[in-house]
Amino acid sequence: MTMLPETPSVKLGLVIDLDTCVGCHACAVNCKSWNTGGYGAPLSDLDAYGSNPDGSWLNRIHTFEVTPDEGKAQLVHFPKSCLHCDDAPCVTVCPTGASYKRAEDGIVLVNEDHCMGCGLCAWACPYGARELDGDAGVMKKCTLCVDRIYNENLPEEDREPACVRACPARARHFGDLADPNSAVSKLVAERGGMDLMPGQGTKPVNKYLPPRPRRESNTGATAAGAVTAERPPNPEGGILGWLDRALESLG
Amino acid sequence: MHPAPSLIAFTTLSGVGFGLLALVGLGAGPNAVGFGWAACTVAGALCVTGLLCSTLHLGRPDRAWRALSQWRSSWLSREGVLAIATLAVFALYALTWLFGTGRSAVLGVLMSSLSVATVYATGMIYGQLKTVPTWSCPWTPWKFLALGLSSGSLVLLALIGFAGERGILSTFLATAALALAAVVVFNWKSSAAKADLASVGATPEEATGLGHIGRVRLLESPHSSPNYLMKEMVYKVARHRAKSLARVALIAGLVVPAVLLVLAFPIGGGFVVFVAALCHVVGILALRWAFFAEAKHAVSSYY
Ligand code: SF4
Ligand code: SF4
Ligand code: SF4
Repeated sequence: MTMLPETPSVKLGLVIDLDTCVGCHACAVNCKSWNTGGYGAPLSDLDAYGSNPDGSWLNRIHTFEVTPDEGKAQLVHFPKSCLHCDDAPCVTVCPTGASYKRAEDGIVLVNEDHCMGCGLCAWACPYGARELDGDAGVMKKCTLCVDRIYNENLPEEDREPACVRACPARARHFGDLADPNSAVSKLVAERGGMDLMPGQGTKPVNKYLPPRPRRESNTGATAAGAVTAERPPNPEGGILGWLDRALESLG
Repeated sequence: MHPAPSLIAFTTLSGVGFGLLALVGLGAGPNAVGFGWAACTVAGALCVTGLLCSTLHLGRPDRAWRALSQWRSSWLSREGVLAIATLAVFALYALTWLFGTGRSAVLGVLMSSLSVATVYATGMIYGQLKTVPTWSCPWTPWKFLALGLSSGSLVLLALIGFAGERGILSTFLATAALALAAVVVFNWKSSAAKADLASVGATPEEATGLGHIGRVRLLESPHSSPNYLMKEMVYKVARHRAKSLARVALIAGLVVPAVLLVLAFPIGGGFVVFVAALCHVVGILALRWAFFAEAKHAVSSYY
């Protein structure tokens, strides 16, 4: 049903730490892998070995350069999947009722048997979290791995989204953001978790943790000095020491 | 945004068709059955072709019927429901006119209101999208309505001319509609010119939440070749054609039809007005192309 439910009492979502994400794309790859074999139509791969590869991904990692007014620019790796918004415009625009938000846990899903592939929901999402599958003709989006997190056939530790499970930097966290005592809510409170594009009024459930301020000692003379510091005198004496110094002088 | 030919054709043709139906429903044109056949055939063909064009845009056209279910929240769904309701009333109106008791005022007014509502809903499919600042401005649905009215009234005048009538009132109507369309399009353009991504809270700084640290720019894209989002929403090819498109829209859409309308007074006859109507529709096509191609989507802040 295309109307939004009353604010769900459970809001499952992700908290993404921009301070620790290293931009390795492991989450995107595991997301693609899990969701190609799982829920709904497989994620398409068109012209996979040709000159124009194209396909659906539910999670993509951008890399931004942030330049302050003074000081050095900073790199931020930025993974982006559906934010499972409370006021999801992608749901209310859907003419077929294929897009819906679950009342019980707030997950936004597409019923791929009803979707007619008009693409309006992708137009309505400000975050680019939806991609039309060029093969099946239906809309694809992050399911919050709904087929993992409740799956009793999986070992307990695997009952979390594929992207969270794969992240080697532990930059992605999963939990109930409606519960102020959950680990994710505490993390958001502690680290000043933020919304993307608050002006769009979508009220995202997923939160982003901003990069921590850079340490001063990392910049300027100290860092440069460390790089060019002279090597400690070679402790080795005798023939081997002489050989080592001779090789060094040859460059 | 990607200017999909199917959507440009859909919005333009159905705009003309429903515009014509709205005027015919209000009793415009002679009551003769011969004119009735011409008007009903042309209007019906335009509306149906327009709606069929819209299904070319779908990934799964076989499921288009499902779009009628969500009228409570979705403008696309409302547009579908209203279009079908209009066509149903139109069928009754045409049957009674052509085979029965003549033009029914009640059915006509109902058909007319439903046509206006349909075109308004078409405009709101775009007008509702907060992600596209030039579309979400309040003038958007009025632009669709004004152009539907102007193109509908020109086609109507041409049909009246072909039927051998002068239609002084309809000529005034068409001229006024053309002037109104020019005013509305101009207002839409000037409010769209002010609507940038910052006006809807979608700058790269807000998109990443990193504005408190500094200016944000993309350093590395998440993928090596264009994806669906880029092809559909970060479409840039036609933006540099904006000037020539605006010229086509102004000359073909406004100047030529206006001159031809003036000429049609002494010369009379449907052919001159028919050419005026054709030119006007070409102008609308150019405007619609620009409407899509120049629109910037919030997601482009990530690219
Ligand atoms: S991020 Fe986009 S697709 Fe996901 S719920 Fe929000 S608006 Fe919908
Ligand atoms: S593409 Fe599918 S899910 Fe999206 S709005 Fe259209 S019908 Fe609904
Ligand atoms: S929650 Fe699942 S579907 Fe969503 S981005 Fe992570 S792996 Fe992909």
